[in-house]
Amino acid sequence: MRIAIASQGVEKTSAVDPRFGRASYFLIFDTSDESLEVVENNQNVNAAQGAGVQAAENISKKNVDIVVASNYGPKAFRALEAAGIKAAMWADGTVSEAIELAINDKLKICDKANVEGHWM
Amino acid sequence: MTELVIVSGKGGTGKTSLVGSLAALSENKVMVDCDVDAADLHLILNNRVQETIEFIGGKGASIVNEKCTNCGICLDYCRFDAIKHESHPENGDEERYWIDKHACEGCAVCVRNCPEQAIDFNEIVSGEWYLSDTPYGPLVHARLGIAQANSGKLVSVLRKQALLLAEQRGLDLILIDGPPGIGCPVIASITGTGYVLVVTEPSMSAMHDMERLLQLTAHFGIPTGICINKCDINPELSSQIEEKARKLNLPVHGRIRHDEAVTRAQLNQKSVVENGDSPAARDIRALWEGVKNAIS
Amino acid sequence: MKIAIASGKGGTGKTTIATNMAVAIAKEGRDVAYVDCDVEEPNGHIFLKPEIKEQYDATVLVPHVDLNKCTLCGDCSAACVFNAIAVLGKTVEVFPSICHSCGGCSDVCPENAIDDIPRTIGHISRGVGMGVQFYEGRLNVGEAISPPVTKALRKLDTNSEVIIIDAPPGTSCPVIEAISGTDYVILVTEPTPFGLNDLKLAVGMVQEIGLPHGIVINRSDIGDGKTEEFCHRQNLDILMTIPFDRRIAEAYSRGEMMSDVNSEYERRFWELYSSIAEKVSP
Repeated sequence: MRIAIASQGVEKTSAVDPRFGRASYFLIFDTSDESLEVVENNQNVNAAQGAGVQAAENISKKNVDIVVASNYGPKAFRALEAAGIKAAMWADGTVSEAIELAINDKLKICDKANVEGHWM
Repeated sequence: MTELVIVSGKGGTGKTSLVGSLAALSENKVMVDCDVDAADLHLILNNRVQETIEFIGGKGASIVNEKCTNCGICLDYCRFDAIKHESHPENGDEERYWIDKHACEGCAVCVRNCPEQAIDFNEIVSGEWYLSDTPYGPLVHARLGIAQANSGKLVSVLRKQALLLAEQRGLDLILIDGPPGIGCPVIASITGTGYVLVVTEPSMSAMHDMERLLQLTAHFGIPTGICINKCDINPELSSQIEEKARKLNLPVHGRIRHDEAVTRAQLNQKSVVENGDSPAARDIRALWEGVKNAIS
Repeated sequence: MKIAIASGKGGTGKTTIATNMAVAIAKEGRDVAYVDCDVEEPNGHIFLKPEIKEQYDATVLVPHVDLNKCTLCGDCSAACVFNAIAVLGKTVEVFPSICHSCGGCSDVCPENAIDDIPRTIGHISRGVGMGVQFYEGRLNVGEAISPPVTKALRKLDTNSEVIIIDAPPGTSCPVIEAISGTDYVILVTEPTPFGLNDLKLAVGMVQEIGLPHGIVINRSDIGDGKTEEFCHRQNLDILMTIPFDRRIAEAYSRGEMMSDVNSEYERRFWELYSSIAEKVSP
């Protein structure tokens, strides 16, 4: 399983970024070899619109199965759905805690967008 | 923390005068003027600008005359009629291709298709925004450059800044003065807020505009209440508005009488409730009690 | 001749001036069109009560991807500066609400897998009311981007001798779309601090675009003299002043014309038009 975690930093000890589209980074953990890859998401932080769409595209290129963040706008959610990526809602701790919860299937999966779309 | 936004659909129904009074009546809040085209709230809040920040609205194309061979390919690609081929004083009245910055949408299609790479694509400063101190609390406001686009993005910048301020300073209320209409800046002003207060007046025009606005707030599922300004100009239509609100199950929080005191307060650069006693001031105080209950 | 009625601040009386002037011109036997470009909140129909003869959809073009031809190469997504199209797993998704209809994606697609298809974002109506040719654009509720509706409306062939354009409030892109290419802009204001502040912005706007303009001061006796002072200092023509009259406010609330209250106004609006016609083509 490949898990993407929206993150405020590049370490396993970094805090999970609640924002999906405008997360600073995505850290991608692969359970098969326990590798961790850092994907920068900074081109999106300043996008006028559609940051969530772009973020979903970025992580879908990395063949991710599930993503962890807490705020998903309507377009981001639709994009993740199209890509077949599960959107898990959690941002109460660190990246390693998020990985742990994801592996043990302890995360709540969104079934619809939970925030209004951003305009910036 | 609650974001309360005051909008109207139709312009000139008294949003800003009302927000000025609510700024005086409420406690522990930050004010935001999201009418970035024509911001007026600061005129009655006695503000002092503390910080001025450039607003980058997006990118725009411009032709580099030295590289342009006048092939005209860009003209065929632009869907916004932004490429002009006529004499222009900036080109020494020579007939050349140039880009009308007001029409350019910033899509970069011309940039990509120019065989000479003669079109630059740079960020555009399309306004500025301000952090002000007022006797009522912090105010976040802006000035969109004349004839600029991207007002929705600027509104989002202001709201984000206000949220940050509210978190830093432990404020309970974000009081937002919204723009007129139902388009881009209005949608950016209301999405995700806690409560929308619609200021209408008893006229056919204002009622028509209110109905479209109520469809919009319903579309986004935001709790909404109504305030009838200048309610005595046409009592019959005021009753119709109340009837409409009842049918839609929306509260009418207040009825403000038409009162010259509103203009007098503006001339004194004060809010209505701080410019002596008047029927309008009393009505606004009563209104605030109702709204306060609705948002708490 | 095309005359636009605009103002920075909302609710100053744009629609009142535009409809009353249009009717005054029609009563002189001229062929006149009223074009309501306040497509977010069009109100002119309330006063002119037109009989609508035709309605069309106002559309924008959005991409449609043929997945049979698509190789998921991602060129479309890379070309879109608005993030409105994305390759997601085994599919391509389009997000029409943030698409600006630039055609960039279909232009770059190496497989010609992208077509442009129309998406309705509003409506345009045409009719006749009070002897005036009536045109209105109306943005669908929930749509964010209004200028394409205005653009479609402005492109309609109005052969009328005089065209009166009722612009939306403000100074940004929807207003520019409404007033560009007109011969004269009337800026309506009221003599209050808010009115003056917004008038200054509106004057800056028409000067930036380079259109001839003049000022109408509505409810001219409710505020102070600073607006007139500003106009004199800036050499702006004050074309007309209209004092506050509660009977007019009440008639307005019912959707009635000013001349219903005071027949004098028909002459005054004809004179307003004549003075502008004189300035535009002496």
